[in-house]
Amino acid sequence: MNFDDTPQEAAFRAEARKFVEENAPKELEAELSKASLGRIKLKDRNIVDVGKAWQKKKAEGGWACLSWPKEYGGRGATPIERVIWQEEEGIYGKLTSPFQIGEGMCGPTVMAYASEEHKCKYLPKLASGENIWCQLFSEPSAGSDVAGLRTRAERDGSDWIVNGQKIWTSGAHYSDYGILITRTDPTVPKHKGLTMFFLDMKSKGVEVKPIKQVSGASDFNEVFFTDVRIPDSQRLGAVGDGWNVSLTTLMNERMSIGSRIATGFPEIFAFCQNVINEDGVPAVEDRAVRAKLADWACKASGLKYTSYRSISALSRGERPGPENSIGKLVAGVMVQDIAAYAMDLEGAAGVLNDAETAETYGPFQAMLLGAPGMRIAGGTDEILRNIIAERVLGLPGDIRVDKSVPFNQIPTKGRT
Amino acid sequence: MNFEFSDDQKQLRDEARRYLAEHSSPKAVRNVLEGRAPYDKELWKGLAGMGFLGVAIPEEYGGAGAGHLELCVIAEEMGRALAPVPFSSSIYLAAEAIMLAGTADQKQKYLPGLAQGTTIGTLALFEGAGNPSQQKIATSVAQNKISGTKKPVPDGAIADIAIVVARSGSSGRETDISLYIVDLKGIGIARKDLQAVDPSRNQAEITFKDAPAEPLGKAGEGWDLLMQVLDRAAVLTAFEQVGGADRALEMGRDYALDRIAFGRPIGSFQAVKHVLADMYVSATLARSNCYYGAWALSTNAGELPEAAATARISATQAFQHCSKQNIQVHGGMGFTWEFDCHLYYRRSNALALGLGSQSYWEDALIDRMRRKNAAA
Repeated sequence: MNFDDTPQEAAFRAEARKFVEENAPKELEAELSKASLGRIKLKDRNIVDVGKAWQKKKAEGGWACLSWPKEYGGRGATPIERVIWQEEEGIYGKLTSPFQIGEGMCGPTVMAYASEEHKCKYLPKLASGENIWCQLFSEPSAGSDVAGLRTRAERDGSDWIVNGQKIWTSGAHYSDYGILITRTDPTVPKHKGLTMFFLDMKSKGVEVKPIKQVSGASDFNEVFFTDVRIPDSQRLGAVGDGWNVSLTTLMNERMSIGSRIATGFPEIFAFCQNVINEDGVPAVEDRAVRAKLADWACKASGLKYTSYRSISALSRGERPGPENSIGKLVAGVMVQDIAAYAMDLEGAAGVLNDAETAETYGPFQAMLLGAPGMRIAGGTDEILRNIIAERVLGLPGDIRVDKSVPFNQIPTKGRT
Repeated sequence: MNFEFSDDQKQLRDEARRYLAEHSSPKAVRNVLEGRAPYDKELWKGLAGMGFLGVAIPEEYGGAGAGHLELCVIAEEMGRALAPVPFSSSIYLAAEAIMLAGTADQKQKYLPGLAQGTTIGTLALFEGAGNPSQQKIATSVAQNKISGTKKPVPDGAIADIAIVVARSGSSGRETDISLYIVDLKGIGIARKDLQAVDPSRNQAEITFKDAPAEPLGKAGEGWDLLMQVLDRAAVLTAFEQVGGADRALEMGRDYALDRIAFGRPIGSFQAVKHVLADMYVSATLARSNCYYGAWALSTNAGELPEAAATARISATQAFQHCSKQNIQVHGGMGFTWEFDCHLYYRRSNALALGLGSQSYWEDALIDRMRRKNAAA
């Protein structure tokens, strides 16, 4: 057992470190370091613009979309090299958030199903950050049950005409393209009548409306489709095979391995050493506080070393085990609990949320308001537990009353 | 990065698992649990014969000289099989203390017997209720004669020697604590079996009255040494706990697949699935923290105190959680004497206390993290 790189890994790391040192936007270091949880707000600059500039530099240096083939703008790197890059990119990795869905989900789906012409046309621009892609899957009546989606696509000559609504689309408001899953046949069971496309987000009939979240931020959108025309040449996979195509997308979901998942522990540990309690001593002197901190310390450490186990598997050229599936489930609840506990230690002042007091009291109020989203986006806690139970522990799937029923005969209680 | 056991170590784990599946069956555990034997002597001899007892003891002292990573994988299997033998007392506590602090003569005198299983050792620390604390040590030594009462002493009724934590010298300073090796078969020893939550492992009271005591390590450094021994034992015990947690999770999973209610396997209900998924989460966190502890133990890293406390807390949580929820998944059958769920429930709660309770380790972890931060 050791934490050392192999000689090849060490050489790769040195090269990556050199690139980051020479090219990263160092002027943002302080701001990015502070933005440890959830969203990043830069004082004077737009995160998308800064992100695009960094992505472009990376692409020029051969450090964008590492695991993609070179001909589409990637590097053809191994999984362990991608992990090493993420470690070396460090806080500047936060700038890549607008591109992650494109790199991890849209790009691989286009790569697997689009024509060679389209791949050459779209992928390099995605890799270099010139174009941003989003993923149009969830709908108002199809969240965890995404196969229940209702956005219709109907054939019209060599085009398809799309009507319906998507929701929770991250980054749709700044995206150039999107991959879109639609229902093309409502007379067959729900998983069988779906078809995948990609489209230009500036197409006529596409309307994007930001959703204001609890935190006040708007990271997600509603996207409305009114008679939107998509050429059949932009279909990804066979008609009716959209569910399988979407699984390819989801399987390619950017592996969180190696990217440090935020738990809030470093923040509360520092906070408890600084905040003075009613006995006139730092809160950490209180045994009740220490018990809480120890529990969170062990969870944060457990997540860290779980990712190390996965990285070790990658380093040996093996597929990581299922252990990494616990990450978001543990971290989401932890962030929420930590935020509430820190505010409790602040007493009545814990309610204050303006910029000035936030400087004094730490990032916990923003964490509190952002945490509910962490526990829902990208798979709710409940869906994640189902996945662990079914895919890791081998328990049977739930009984599904709608699985073999034609989609248009599934009861909807009048909602469409 | 290679944060994983080697193929040889995994092979050793498989070997230990096979051996214990055959020789430490639930029936064998119940034999001790139900009072028909103080520990499983056949199993103990067998484990010695397999070379498992002395795996981390150097060859020159009769061991296999492999290392602590090897001992960790064996510990995991001992926990999974609930082995009813004094392995933890004799190896994690007594042998580790002697390897850490013993003179060459003491190592020569005691380690071969511990490696062969012909000597059973233990640590006599506690004196009634409470966590490890220098103030609580009343047992004292004068002119190499020890007097006092220790309770509970794990495997105290079956051990041949004990490492005893005692007050030394006549300075009256609270910190004047030293370690001693005491022959429990010698004069001045009275032992009494104690009833415990987990009767598959012995607990005893030992009263020393002017019993001959041999110093282990430097006088007055006993408490520091004890802390080091407890850290080492904490990592090894954590592996036992993770082994037990994994087994409890498997039992729950298997039962949920097998048991039919409302016309379907209960494992298809989300309420049951989520219980089992949470067991997997806690067992996985604990395992990863144990690996960190194993790395620190095997390399004698400066991180050991922090890593040991982390592994300890995490593994205690996981085993208690998994053994408790395993009973819940089993429903009514889970709390019968006949089903094996309670064997794990008992062991998890006993292991949670043996080296000091959860709150003791939580306190220690935060202390250690603060000290590290202050030093950095």
